Amino acid sequence: MTPRSLRGRAAIVGLGETEYFKRGQSPHTEFKLALEAIINACADAGIHPREIDGFASYSNDRSDPSRIAAALGCKELRFANMQWGGGGGGGSAAIGNAAAAIMSGMAECVVVFRALAQGQHGRYGQGTAVPDVDGHAAHTVPYGLLSPAHMFVMKYRRFMVEHGVRQEALRAIAMASYAHAQENPRAVMYGRPLDEQTYDDSRWIVEPWHLYDCCLENDGAAAMVLVSGERARDFPHPACYLLAAVAGSQYRAGAPVHNTPDYATASFKTVAPRLYAMARMGPADIDVLQSYENFTGGVLMSIVEHGFCTPAEANDFFVLDNLLAPDGQLPLNTSGGNLAECYMHGLGLNLEAVRQIRRTSTAQVPRAEVSMVISGPMVTPVSSCIFGSEATL
Amino acid sequence: MSTSYLRPGLPAPVPSDLDRPYWEGLREERLLIQRCKRCARFQWGPEWICHRCLNLDLGWTEVEARGFIYSHQRVWHPVHPALRGQGPYVIVLVTIAHADDVRVVGNLLGDPLQELVIGAEVQGVFEHHAEADPGYSLLQWRYAN
Repeated sequence: MTPRSLRGRAAIVGLGETEYFKRGQSPHTEFKLALEAIINACADAGIHPREIDGFASYSNDRSDPSRIAAALGCKELRFANMQWGGGGGGGSAAIGNAAAAIMSGMAECVVVFRALAQGQHGRYGQGTAVPDVDGHAAHTVPYGLLSPAHMFVMKYRRFMVEHGVRQEALRAIAMASYAHAQENPRAVMYGRPLDEQTYDDSRWIVEPWHLYDCCLENDGAAAMVLVSGERARDFPHPACYLLAAVAGSQYRAGAPVHNTPDYATASFKTVAPRLYAMARMGPADIDVLQSYENFTGGVLMSIVEHGFCTPAEANDFFVLDNLLAPDGQLPLNTSGGNLAECYMHGLGLNLEAVRQIRRTSTAQVPRAEVSMVISGPMVTPVSSCIFGSEATL
Repeated sequence: MSTSYLRPGLPAPVPSDLDRPYWEGLREERLLIQRCKRCARFQWGPEWICHRCLNLDLGWTEVEARGFIYSHQRVWHPVHPALRGQGPYVIVLVTIAHADDVRVVGNLLGDPLQELVIGAEVQGVFEHHAEADPGYSLLQWRYAN
């Protein structure tokens, strides 16, 4: 083990969620949702919440760690971390930050969490309601480029045209999430299957993305408890070790007004090689994948950039059978993901990846030992992580 | 009756200290792009420093409003109250080859259902919003003849 690696140095020992609600339908405030998820994660880990001494989140989560620590009576707060950047790009990064704090001795027991009440705080899918805009937004918003779908679709359109990717590839990604959600009673879309005809007939949000290519908007919260790898066996569930977590983006990914030099990308071209190097693994080692669906086109580019297929192979790779648990070539988004389980800014995908290692998923991949999460394609910074069972250490 | 491509009521652009010459230029039907006074390279969107040579002294140079479609989107779902009843509309990302391939965002004028072609040449069209207070202008695009 190299000293400058997270591999095996931290483990996820507790998972917690609230009930997942359609946006605006949570009876609780966002802060109360955060507390509930954290308490549930601690109960799952068999620890008292006062043992938590660190918090990590992302995307400007509004639930302040100091207030949480006070509310829960935490004995001491040692680590309060926010990963910069919007969207879900920080999901796996926050886990990496928590693990880094633990392995460096800055904290002992860190909770990674994300809470959203879009009813309380406004919807992501709606444009800005202000009368005017300045700065970089002034160069896009007056042209009707308003929502996250608008911000990202031109990247995917360019990729799709360059590589001849067909609409059916996106449909397979959407249908995989919905198929897995039918096994998951926690999923918002449980009991609402999606077939090819329904996808094809659904309205465009923005071409080439139909309604079913776009994530949900939800209220709820998710949390996980991390401790050091050495302590991981002292908890009720089989230990799930973090094998790698990395974040970042390519050269000038944040160049304003759509001027990043490498435009048609999910932003993982520099991230994925570092991920595999830290895990000392490659794409062939991954048993099951959770890949953040803000929009299906981002999933497709993410999976290409993590080396599971080339752009030229995309039409053959992205077919439904390949993406389904238990025995597809690459079971994808086995909880239903952001499209059909819940949009908790992607942290739900990380929880599901841990469940696969625990063998407790509702769409379990047999003998899953290595489980990957790709967080927040097309934003900057993005992140991804790999979890493994004890056998992978 | 508005002559703008999109229905009125979207947020209006407000010039800042970083991009005021750009907005003033559009009102005079001139496209001004930020350019480094030291290395003479163009950059967009506007920033306080040249990302190539890190010179903090940047100027503005007029360039011809012609370019090529780098990518595009046809929007159907209205996400702003002003766009209800708009129907589909097209946003293009345009590369300006004679300004170091900077890209700008605008709408593609014409039938919103027209074929959208990456690589096609487009001509700038200045769209004035004189009725706004303060007035402003946008840079739109149409297929070049």
